[in-house]
Amino acid sequence: MAKGSIVAGCLAPHPPHLVYADNPEQNEPVSEGGWEQLRWGYERLRESLEDVDYDVIVILSPHWQTYVGTHFIGVEKCSSKSVDPVFPNLFRFNYDLAIDVELAEAIHDQAKSGGMSVKMMTNPDFRVDYGTIVSCHMVRPEWDKPIVSISSNRSLSYYSVEVMQEMMIELGKSTARAIEESGKKCLLIASNSLSHRHFVTETNPPEDMSKEHITSHAMHLWDMRMIEMMRQGKSQQIINEMPEFCEQAIAETDGGALTWLLSAMGVPSEPAILHGYGTIIGTGNAIMEWPCRNWGA
Amino acid sequence: MTGEVIKSLIVPAHPHPVLCPEKNEGWQRVRDAYDGARKQIEESDADLIIVYSTLWPSVIGHQIQADPNPEWVMVDADFHDLGSIHYSLKIDTEFAEAWNQANIKRGLESRTVAYHGFPVDVGSVVALELLNPNNRIPAVICSTNVYSNRAETTVLAKACMDVVKAQGKKVVAVSVMSLSNRMFTEPIEPHEDRIHSLKDDEWNRKILEFLSEGRLEDVGQLSRTIHDQIRVKKVVAFKPMWWLSAMNDNRNDLTGQVLAYEPIHGAGAAVVVLDPESNGTGDKEYDEDDVEFYGGDRNVLESDLEENGTVNSGPALYDPVEGANAVNTSKAPKPVGAYPHARREGDLIYLSGVGPRQPGDNSIPGGPIKDSNGNPLNYDIKAQTRAVVDNIARILEEAGSSLEKVIDVTSFLVDMDRDFSGYNEVWAETLGKVGPTRTTLAIRALPTPIAVEMKVIAKV
Repeated sequence: MAKGSIVAGCLAPHPPHLVYADNPEQNEPVSEGGWEQLRWGYERLRESLEDVDYDVIVILSPHWQTYVGTHFIGVEKCSSKSVDPVFPNLFRFNYDLAIDVELAEAIHDQAKSGGMSVKMMTNPDFRVDYGTIVSCHMVRPEWDKPIVSISSNRSLSYYSVEVMQEMMIELGKSTARAIEESGKKCLLIASNSLSHRHFVTETNPPEDMSKEHITSHAMHLWDMRMIEMMRQGKSQQIINEMPEFCEQAIAETDGGALTWLLSAMGVPSEPAILHGYGTIIGTGNAIMEWPCRNWGA
Repeated sequence: MTGEVIKSLIVPAHPHPVLCPEKNEGWQRVRDAYDGARKQIEESDADLIIVYSTLWPSVIGHQIQADPNPEWVMVDADFHDLGSIHYSLKIDTEFAEAWNQANIKRGLESRTVAYHGFPVDVGSVVALELLNPNNRIPAVICSTNVYSNRAETTVLAKACMDVVKAQGKKVVAVSVMSLSNRMFTEPIEPHEDRIHSLKDDEWNRKILEFLSEGRLEDVGQLSRTIHDQIRVKKVVAFKPMWWLSAMNDNRNDLTGQVLAYEPIHGAGAAVVVLDPESNGTGDKEYDEDDVEFYGGDRNVLESDLEENGTVNSGPALYDPVEGANAVNTSKAPKPVGAYPHARREGDLIYLSGVGPRQPGDNSIPGGPIKDSNGNPLNYDIKAQTRAVVDNIARILEEAGSSLEKVIDVTSFLVDMDRDFSGYNEVWAETLGKVGPTRTTLAIRALPTPIAVEMKVIAKV
């Protein structure tokens, strides 16, 4: 069996506004559009991945928040309705997706042997979090690939960004080992925004783009700094600066997804491709792709 | 018909007391305490349960559940292996809608949610499953805004109490929360459960000592300290005590009972019942800003605040003049000159001219009649008139009187032709039912961009 590989790593933010604005048939609310800069960015990402052959999407979402270790969905078929408790007016999505339980268990086992606290989620009534659904839908709206869904262990809440990163670096290595041993080609998604200070009011309609902007100049500066480091392949520097970024930009990277992704890709020095950047209700969102498939052995 | 909080509860959010109380003696004691609290509710004349849950965070202001029958299967994000809880709740939608409107009226960003499949949070599901099985009485559920401070949370409670009083409800106010919330980060066997640290345990016991003495407001004032000491910094802080204290008029002399205190996966789980009967101790000194209207950063998206009727220009505002017979209140708009809101002489109360401006943010319900450049704006005379009557009622209440005791009114309109009809309609619905004498005058202008003002005389 050939070794498995990561064909690409993506930073793919999950604000439900993007699905709402896209008006897919699975989502109940209907919009007049909006956030086109980001949705066109997702379009460019999909075009970039169009001819790439892969078997499974592995995603870590900060909206499945677990405090007792890292969890993995272990149910083969998940079908239900996902309603965002914060933006239920925008996101009520009927989903029907497949889980690659075999790969999920393999990552679980690797992480466990690496000393991490992990658990498989086998309750058939469990609802998949909206972050996972939004990012997967925007990356692959056909829903024709199975996914591995990984929870966000909120170790930062208990300890610090440094401890969170230690754990996510280990989880990333475990993910990479499991993928390699599985023989599968995988697309990895870190589902998170960058700066994450929201507006606390909503426009009417929500897609009124005349009111959309970053919450503060400082947030913009941090977002641009992080994007520039990604574009220059400075993954280690991103990890080094993560504590300051999380604190000062209230960044959603505090959930560990970006650190996990960088670790799984081997903390690459290769540059990432920026497909789009935009704000959503004041938060900063970048769509980035690390085209690992092109990096050679 | 007097609306009031007849019981206040603090209850834990974890699913263990519902799904597996038998696995640990402590979890069973929490379940038994929940059952005891349920019996107390059933033996009372409560007709509504209001749940403020820390497990339902919100970003866009405050969200209130308004689906008449939220129904789904809840699975906990961490403890999914314990099983599922099917819920089918009965919501008092009339109360929910009214609370939402009361929030908006007090300056809060607020909305109701009524969507099939909405994920009611684990804390609300657990609390209502155990306190109100079979939906014996209806419930209302409110989110916890992740950014709200004490002032905003206090106003949220006051808006809730506006509706409780207006609808004459006998309510049970429930804060769903852990005390210390640090859980073990690894799975444990049920028999291994204990409070995560001695420090957490000591703080929890201090909190419960206060609550058993009915000192709810003291816990509210310690909330930030407690949050720093024993709370893992999850998305919401130790806010429920602010809400619950404000629901109880920030009292410190309630009658408290601690029905249980046990660990659940390391966190502090307590069932506490607070009754409004005074325990006989002295009340407290309330040392926080007692905000009536929220004027925080709710308009961050607005480039032109006048769109919301907020006045940024106009005459300077004064603190009302104090004096032997003066009657003043923070619940009425600040004067535009050196005079009190009202003055008591013998058995009569004379009010200074009252307009529709709102205390706190100085906004004008129904909108201002002109912008800061003097350009005329469309406005709602009915909304302005209603706001005038509301302001009059607040001043009279402060004076120990009420709208029912008004005996004479002089009204001033800046546009008699345009506004008399609407003004007259609201009058008929409000003061017209009381029956004071009335004189209505057309005048050229008022000091602020309002269309109506009233001068009132009332009996004490």
